[in-house]
Amino acid sequence: MSGTDDVEIPEVDYVSGSGVPIRGNDIDTDQIIPARFMKVVTFDGLGEFAFFDLRFDEDDDQKDHPFNEERFQDSSVMVVNSNFGCGSSREHAPQALMRWGIDAIIGESFAEIFAGNCLALGIPTVTADNETIQALQDWVDENPDGELEIDVETETVSYGSETIDVTVDDAQRKALVDGVWDTTALMKSNAGAVRDTARELPYVESEAIPEAE
Amino acid sequence: MSEGTLYDKVWDRHKVTTLPTGQDQLFVGLHLIHEVTSPQAFGMLRERDLEVAYPELTHATVDHIIPTADQSRPYDEDAAEEMMSELEENVREAGIEFSDPNSGDQGIVHVVGPEQGLTQPGKTIVCGDSHTSTHGAFGALAFGIGTSQIRDVLATGTLAFEKQKVRKIEVEGELGDGVEAKDVILEIIRRLGTEGGVGYVYEYAGSAIEDLGMEGRMSICNMSIEGGARAGYVNPDETTYEWLEETDYFQENPEKFEELKPYWESIRSDDDAEYDDVVTIDADELEPVVTWGTTPGQGIGITEPIPEPESLPADKQDTARRAQEHMRVEPGETMEGYNIDVAFLGSCTNARLPDLRRAARIVEGREVHDDVRALVVPGSQRVQKTAEEEGLKEIFEEAGFEWRNAGCSMCLGMNEDQLEGDEACASSSNRNFVGRQGSKDGRTVLMNPRMVAAAAITGEVTDVRELPEAEVTAQ
Ligand code: SF4
Repeated sequence: MSGTDDVEIPEVDYVSGSGVPIRGNDIDTDQIIPARFMKVVTFDGLGEFAFFDLRFDEDDDQKDHPFNEERFQDSSVMVVNSNFGCGSSREHAPQALMRWGIDAIIGESFAEIFAGNCLALGIPTVTADNETIQALQDWVDENPDGELEIDVETETVSYGSETIDVTVDDAQRKALVDGVWDTTALMKSNAGAVRDTARELPYVESEAIPEAE
Repeated sequence: MSEGTLYDKVWDRHKVTTLPTGQDQLFVGLHLIHEVTSPQAFGMLRERDLEVAYPELTHATVDHIIPTADQSRPYDEDAAEEMMSELEENVREAGIEFSDPNSGDQGIVHVVGPEQGLTQPGKTIVCGDSHTSTHGAFGALAFGIGTSQIRDVLATGTLAFEKQKVRKIEVEGELGDGVEAKDVILEIIRRLGTEGGVGYVYEYAGSAIEDLGMEGRMSICNMSIEGGARAGYVNPDETTYEWLEETDYFQENPEKFEELKPYWESIRSDDDAEYDDVVTIDADELEPVVTWGTTPGQGIGITEPIPEPESLPADKQDTARRAQEHMRVEPGETMEGYNIDVAFLGSCTNARLPDLRRAARIVEGREVHDDVRALVVPGSQRVQKTAEEEGLKEIFEEAGFEWRNAGCSMCLGMNEDQLEGDEACASSSNRNFVGRQGSKDGRTVLMNPRMVAAAAITGEVTDVRELPEAEVTAQ
């Protein structure tokens, strides 16, 4: 087998779908996926636990939450406010959202590790200012079936008759648009240069550096 | 852009190349793994038929799910047993060293690395855990990564990363009585905000930082991430070197110490280094800080009033209102006297030996309040052992604390140690998010370990400066 060469990495230059508004600042990863659901050795079943404690009460009865609402069940673009995904580095958070059905997130701002974890899954995290986001959240609320189109390359989002400018971090944009967001194969191809770098570091013992393949 | 800082120098030494994305490919000098975030990454490797590239630079421990009461195998909880078995199999297959519970070396990943001398100045250190920033206390460049990145590091020994800006935070002056490293970092986060550090790495400097021991420096770097900064560091100095000399690695390889010292010296930030931002904090001004809300940035001095949401920046008002409702606190009041049901002395922020020693001095000769459930969870088996030898366990147990085995425990409530219902917890950990300690109605008040001890005794949030220290018999 030729290892990573087999992995097909799609280009993510454009995402579209209906939206779901998740309002509130500082929504942390413990809220996105409570730690007790992380006791799993694969990410497969995480989708149903996204926002679990915000969606269900002690008796597992549903609470008010957009993820519970019938009209948002087919949504794939989440619209959030500021510092979304702060807290832990758990990739379980974007994994749970992705498995629930989210393909892209538009927000005021994102915690860095969270955005990085999203990128590793090919999920764009694009930003706009507070006013723009609120208007978008309102629109999504009124148009749960309305289509949002995110153009990652030109950094725009279109909905209804509007087209707004959004910001996509440079490296993220390049990685998504060129289909190099899954970096394993790319970095593996530099194995020789990696060994050279390691050899120059005084603390790395030579036994720890693998032989060339 | 910064220039001549430790961050710049360590980055340059570890940069393999610039990737087509514009990110740099960085060599990883130490990869720490634990049972919760690594099994999925090993699964991805298997899917792609890849092997671990640098097993000797990888080190494992078990901390998040491990029970801290009964640790006999199989663990009571099936899911915990499965995760542990998976980790055991993965490290065996790949030939990765594992500080397992039988080794006497097990503990929270950010306690174990520094203890064994794996954490060193000028290394790049990553782990699938956001508090990896802790290791920056040694002048390492250390940050948390997600599981797909763990896969990358396992498969290639490298990581794709964007260079960030450097903010120097100078803490000048002297900390007053009862004021600790934990208060310094809670104050920094409160002032700069939980998002203030996004895009930055924090360099902690100034006389108050230099005066701290390694444990205090670790408490500060640990919570960099709570301030939004993915990494934080302190330039290595004699305090750092003294710690290193005592660790396994340099005890076993004394020649390495002299060999590496010039490297450590060379990566210190230059006197004329350029920073993207500089912030100064007056250490003399600080008092013990406690949180009143549900983000670590919602802190106040123990004698200060809880803020009116209206007095905060517009984008913080809503969060503050919800937090005050959840915590059931009123603006205008202080946190002093807030009722406590649970006292948790543990976590990678504050469960090292000096933390337990200081707390023991408050506890000694006193009794835990009748309505309080109090537990001490040492950060590692080594901390636990030494503390027991010093008689700390006895002091805590006599006062009515439970004395547990090492692990993350109630810091995140993944094992059996959890808050119940709407219990309020005085906690030496680092996160007070809703649901963090296992109950979604639970209420967490972050504070330094001596303050936790004081709260355990009085049953309410208490200014530890008003509780005289017992005569020290333990040492
Ligand atoms: S002690 Fe808490 S913060 Fe530290 S690694 Fe464990 S769970 Fe994370």
